[in-house]
This record gives sequence, C-alpha cells and structure tokens, in this order.
Amino acid sequence: MTDATHPIHPAWLRATHWINALAVLIMVTSGWRIYNASPLFGFQFAKGITLGGWLGGAIMWHFAAMWLLAANGLIYLVCNVASGRFAHKFFPLSPRAIAADLLAALRGRLSHADLRQYNAVQRAAYLFVVADALLLVLSGLVLWKSVQFPLLRELLGGYESARRVHFFAMTAMVAFVMVHLAMVALVPRTLLAMIRGR
Amino acid sequence: MIKKPTRMTGIDGDAVVKQAARRLEQPARRLFLRSSLTLGGLSLLSGCAIVDEDSAEQVLMKVSRFNDRVQGWLFDPKLLAPTYPESMITRPFPFNAYYDEDEVPEIDAASYRLELGGLVADKHAWTLPELQALPQTDQVTRHICVEGWSAIGKWGGVRFSDFLSRVGADTSARYIGFKCADDYYTSIDMPTALHAQTLLTLTYDGRQLPPRYGFPMKLRMPTKLGYKNPKHIQAIFVTNTYPGGYWEDQGYNWFGGS
Ligand code: HEM
Repeated sequence: MTDATHPIHPAWLRATHWINALAVLIMVTSGWRIYNASPLFGFQFAKGITLGGWLGGAIMWHFAAMWLLAANGLIYLVCNVASGRFAHKFFPLSPRAIAADLLAALRGRLSHADLRQYNAVQRAAYLFVVADALLLVLSGLVLWKSVQFPLLRELLGGYESARRVHFFAMTAMVAFVMVHLAMVALVPRTLLAMIRGR
Repeated sequence: MIKKPTRMTGIDGDAVVKQAARRLEQPARRLFLRSSLTLGGLSLLSGCAIVDEDSAEQVLMKVSRFNDRVQGWLFDPKLLAPTYPESMITRPFPFNAYYDEDEVPEIDAASYRLELGGLVADKHAWTLPELQALPQTDQVTRHICVEGWSAIGKWGGVRFSDFLSRVGADTSARYIGFKCADDYYTSIDMPTALHAQTLLTLTYDGRQLPPRYGFPMKLRMPTKLGYKNPKHIQAIFVTNTYPGGYWEDQGYNWFGGS
C-alpha cells in the first residue's frame, strides 16, 4: 500500500469535509442572526459573531448555504456508502466499546498510532453528527416549507415544535464542533491527514 | 442593485413625500451585504478579498431568484395549510408592520374604494359594502413571520380566486400586485392567488377588521410568510411585469412561501 494510491482519507472525503465545514460555519452564524430576530429563549447571540448584518441578509446567506450543505452532504453519504467505506470505518460499534475507549481517552491512554482507524468514541461522534445534520436539514425543511411538507411537519410536532428541534440540533452540532476542534488540537497529525490525505 | 425603483401610481403628493422620507432611511439597508460579509470584527470574505462585495451580493440575489423558482415548483395548489380550533387562537394576536402601531393609517370606510388595474376585464372600483355583499368564508390558520415567530388567527372574507374570476382577471398572468394605504406594496404569484385558502379578508375573529390588522382589507395567505400578506389594500393589479415589494426590494425572498 503506497500513500499515493491509498491515502488515509480519500480526496472526495477531504473535499466534502472542508466544504461542509464552510457550509456549517455559514449556516450556524447566519442562523444565529435569524434567531436574534425573534429569540426562542431569553437570550440573543452577540451580533459580532453572526453573519448577515440584518435579518434579510442573514436569510439570504442561510438559504444559499443550505444548498451547499445539502448537496455536499448528499455527495458525502453516497460516496461513503457506495464505496463500502461507511461500513468498515464506522462499524462494528458497541456501547461497551464506546465506554472502554472513552475511559481510555480520559486516562490519556488512547492510541493514535493508526490514523486509518477511528476509535469507538470517534465513530459514535461522527455517526451522531451525521444524524444530527440530517435532523437539521429535515427540521429546516419544515420551517422553510411547513405547508408543503405536511408529513414531516407532523412528525416533528408542528411548526413551533420544529423550531425548537432545529435550535437544539444546532446546539448539539456546535457542541460536537467544539469537542471535535479540541480533539484535533490534541492530535494535530489528524489535521494534516485531513488536508493532505497523508 | 438591491433597490429597484418602485412604480407608485395613483398616490397623492403627501404620500409621495412620506415615501421619499422613508427611502432616505434606506441607504443604510443597502449596505446590508457590506456588513453581512464581516463576521464581527473579523472580515470573513471581504477582508481577505477572496470575493468582492458586489459579486457576493449578486450571487446571493441569484440564489434568492433560484429559490423563488424552487418554491414555485414545490408549491402544491391543492395542499391546504393546517387549520385550528378557535380555542387555539393567539390572544392578543401580535401587531406587526414596518412602522409602530400609533402610525397605523386611518381609513374612511365611506370613501374607501378598492381600485383594480392591469389585466382585468372589469376595472370598476369596489366600495366596502359591495365587497361585504360577496359570499364570505372564514378560517383559523397559522400566521408565520419571517422573523420566526408564529401566531394563530381567524380571518374572514372573500375567496380571492372567486373575486378574480368575478372581475375577469387574466389568470394566465404571472403576478398580482398590491398597493396599500400605508405605502406598503408587494406582489404574489398566480398559483398562490388562486389557492383555496387565499382570502381577501374583511373581518378578524368574527368582527370588522380592526385598523391594526389592516382595515378595511388584508390579503391573507396561510401558504405565505407574513410580509407577503398586505394590509390596508387600496389597489390590486394583474401583470406580467415583476412588481417587487417593499421588503422584497430590500432583499427578502420574493416568493416567501411556507
Ligand atoms: C474548521 C473546523 C474543522 C476542523 C479543523 C476539522 C477537522 C477534522 C479532522 C482533522 C478530521 C479527521 C479526524 C481523524 O482522522 O481522526 C475530521 C473528521 C470529521 N469531521 Fe471535521 N473538522 C472541522 C469541522 C467539522 C464540522 C463543522 C463537521 C460537521 C458538522 C465535521 C465533521 C466531521 C466528520 C463527520 C468527520 C469524519 C468524516 C469521515 O471520516 O467520514 N467537521 N475533521
């Protein structure tokens, strides 16, 4: 196996990962600006960390980046599943393995020798964030077109309930990203691999 | 390029002055993309000059027009917005406009006329009693605001599709435009105009539409966001020329469907 023919991360994965990171950045920061127009809870996001300038600008960004997020996410899922990578990278996965790896990680005893292998905590976290992104897209569809997607709307408990689902799914994604970035900072070699493939 | 010149016809001098005064406030809004391109103190894109502001603005506007087409394509004319029992009506129903509640226009019921224009066979102006004499219907639906909040209300009036066929409107035209007594203006697509739940409302919660909710007449579409539902309507015109709208000309999505 040479590095050139078998990189740690195939080129399509690296491309979709970084496009996704950009799309998520735009979606989250413009979403915060939209939230500020009518806060669900008793707080607002500081204007300085939001994107769009005013509600109309934020909505334009949000409803443009949503295509990037959805199309790129679809490419990621299709390539991942069709290539068989999804099955062997993320499975097998058991609660027992997650608990064991979590414990090892907390003790600083998790091995990072082989960057080709995700440990059980990584597997769980990545699967979680993929599912969470899907939930964000589906709840977003209900907010955007609640009349046109009646089944989805009722599954999420109606328009007002979908707003809350969308908000908490965003919160979960931001929490993932913060942990994700901390992990990358702890093992910077993974970042090089995600950029260069090696 | 965000601001399109607006064609306001048939309005008095006073209104023109008021309109001009409002327009003066708007250059600030025109800059929305300038500020929108910066993430707080950090310049996200403009700072590193990857894209200049004008081209970013143009791309966002193009995507917004693309989103208009997607929504037109997604719109199912037979699909109804959910309706609710009267017990679920939001009380008090929120007031919302681009001005404060004490600036709500006062309209004299006796001299009120609804003017019709454009591709309409019978252009006679309608009085309020004439509109009230048409068959009426009502519905309890959810009003969804572009800001995110929603509220349930009960509106009653004339089914817009009935009204359009009565006046001989060309329903193959693309747009229907509205001009309002509060200088608001907007426009909608024909399929939404013909939707069964689109009403020219004359009542709110069983009573004559109060000034704050758009006396004497508001177009109510549960398939569109709040800013697409004009109040205090004075003129309706059918056209194939894109008429824009008060918020739409500043960057809100034109279709604005839900
Ligand atoms: C700029 C911010 C980001 C950086 C620096 C970053 C970095 C990385 C790195 C280095 C890896 C490889 C981990 C390893 O090999 O052990 C990775 C994988 C991953 N990241 Fe990120 N990431 C960022 C943003 C995001 C965001 C916003 C999401 C999703 C919301 C995300 C989701 C993922 C997923 C799902 C994987 C696994 C992909 C796979 O193997 O299929 N990342 N990221």
